[in-house]
Amino acid sequence: MLINGELKYESQKLGMNYFRVALVLFGAQLLMGLIAAIQFLYPGFLFEIFDFSVSRMVHINALVVWMLYAMIGSVYYMIPDETGEETVGIGLGKLAFWILTAAVAVVVLVYIFIQVGPGNESTIWFINEGREYLEAPRWADIGIVAVVLVFYYNVFATYMKGRRTGIMTVMVANLFALAGLYLTGMFFTDNISVDQYWWWWVIHLWVEATWEVFVGTLAAYALVKIIGAKREIVEMWLWIEVLMLFGSGILGLGHHYFWIGTPEYWWEIGALFSSLEPVPLVAMFVHVLYDWGKEQGHCESKGSAHALNNSPAMAWVTANAFGNFLGAGIWGFFHTLPQVNIYTHGTQFTAAHGHLAFFGAYATILIAMMYIGVQGSYGIKKMTMTFKTKMALTLIIFGVLGMGVALTIAGYEQVLVERADLGGGWDAYFIAQDLPWYIQAQGWRLAMGVVTFVGFIYLAWDLLTIGAVESAQEESEGAAAAAAA
Amino acid sequence: MSKKSASVWTSIRFWRRSAAWVTGTATVLLIWLTFDTMGQISMGSDADLAKGIKHRIPAATVINYHVDYQFDQKRGHEVPVIGEKEKFFGKEWSAKDAAALLHHGKLTSQAKNCMNCHTLLGNGGYYAPDLTKAWLDAKWNDGTMTGITGKNTKEEAMAEFLMHPSQYPTHARMMPDLGITQDEAVALVAFLKHMSAIDTNGFPRNFSQSAKRLEGGTHAH
Repeated sequence: MLINGELKYESQKLGMNYFRVALVLFGAQLLMGLIAAIQFLYPGFLFEIFDFSVSRMVHINALVVWMLYAMIGSVYYMIPDETGEETVGIGLGKLAFWILTAAVAVVVLVYIFIQVGPGNESTIWFINEGREYLEAPRWADIGIVAVVLVFYYNVFATYMKGRRTGIMTVMVANLFALAGLYLTGMFFTDNISVDQYWWWWVIHLWVEATWEVFVGTLAAYALVKIIGAKREIVEMWLWIEVLMLFGSGILGLGHHYFWIGTPEYWWEIGALFSSLEPVPLVAMFVHVLYDWGKEQGHCESKGSAHALNNSPAMAWVTANAFGNFLGAGIWGFFHTLPQVNIYTHGTQFTAAHGHLAFFGAYATILIAMMYIGVQGSYGIKKMTMTFKTKMALTLIIFGVLGMGVALTIAGYEQVLVERADLGGGWDAYFIAQDLPWYIQAQGWRLAMGVVTFVGFIYLAWDLLTIGAVESAQEESEGAAAAAAA
Repeated sequence: MSKKSASVWTSIRFWRRSAAWVTGTATVLLIWLTFDTMGQISMGSDADLAKGIKHRIPAATVINYHVDYQFDQKRGHEVPVIGEKEKFFGKEWSAKDAAALLHHGKLTSQAKNCMNCHTLLGNGGYYAPDLTKAWLDAKWNDGTMTGITGKNTKEEAMAEFLMHPSQYPTHARMMPDLGITQDEAVALVAFLKHMSAIDTNGFPRNFSQSAKRLEGGTHAH
């Protein structure tokens, strides 16, 4: 990831810059998560210095921002491959990258050092907006919109100029919705029910609709790129996925409207459509494995051993196919029915689902895209896993699964004791927090968080070194073959 | 595809059109439902409150009334019950003052980042108790917190606690001092009282049962 000499297009080099920042923010996200996990066990840790509200805010914001960076990076990387053109406004794109990165740095520094402000508009404008996930102050919101407009212009104009593949058609249409939805989370209202209604438009219609379609698009691109899957088949699957994801995900929004003051009819709408949300995730899983098996079969019948030209990326795409179904699909379905959700809403159950889903559905495929980027940057024909790749895969997957299971157990304790038995409230909350099994679960979560972090170190180390190592290897093998001939 | 497909099931054109139709239909439905919901969750008026006309989200002047949360036989869960008038911080608030207070309270709840530790309407962090019905929490009503803070009314006790939370610890996990001023604290209490009057379809269920159950100690320690 250090150099990108082999890339022909400026757009792809810009994509690599986005990946670099994403990787740094990913690390920051995990560090903040560790602090927050420690605070659950030792509440005195950094008390009134760097409180849980701050560590968690930076934890979830770094998460969202690194994913958006990696998503923008992925798009800039795939544009030339798909359209056959250099990105139209590449100069503007580069400028937007530096502006965005400077803005992110300022926002994070303000979060860390200023933390909270007085209860007036100035805080909302300059310090933090105090709405989970959308904490970015308003000046930054406006800046983000400006930068995204530049990005969207670049994608759209290049699409119109070049080859219009099915993958890019979905990308262009989906990005329009994804960017537009951000606007629904940018206003202030005294009515907290109206506030949360629109807040969910951003959060849900991102992570359970447009981001999922984005993942489908990346998976399609990755399958063509890594295993040489037939474009027509991949694109047909992609349209089926769009149909199922939007068909279930858009009205699945209703499962956030059970208890926020909104009418009862959302119970039925939310229950029905969100129960369908796992279906496309099964389809995506089947699709990836089926195509892989098919291409592998073709290769073997032709006598060549391996269909993959990038096994680290393919490993992460496979992790995505499975993780998306498990984390978003199964763990989401666990608590999506109102009959269950009345007890699970606002417990560690949600946190368990959040960890497994964000990782399984998004982190995995974005890491795969980074490996594809490294392969291109160093011009490696066939990239294979190193020891570090395998350590990263194993430790991160094991760590996140462990955190998910631990948080599920913690959530289970909360649901039974705090909610079902004691009916919520201050005393009920702390009684459940003090249960030995709850504390044990939080302990395991911290331990598994450490495992994940060690895995991240291997991942970063691998992404930084695998390109140079394997391109040198290919060169020496090439030279040896030439000498032998 | 340039070639004619063998079947409609393998036709990209078919799936593209279906995707567009399904997405369009779902979007139109969502927008229609949004209009209906917005009508139902806009804030009620002071006049309606005085007449006893129910709104899912009452006017800010609900702070002038007694708020309770009782089981509704017909709906099968608890609902907020707006009762007789009661003083809030020793006075009755005009519609204008109450609205301004709620505005200040909501702004403060965001400025102090309450949501990254607490949950509001069940959404937020899971590091501190849910605030949806905090106004009705037994802790403020059974003399515990009024006693600890040395205040006569629960709104005063809440305000005092919010200004100096770490001076009144009830658990090893404490709320940090967020520099909340007197005015901000009063506004926050109004915001919490207003939120407790929102019809949340019975969330949280059996709220504060612990108060009755825990008399004479708990099984959990």
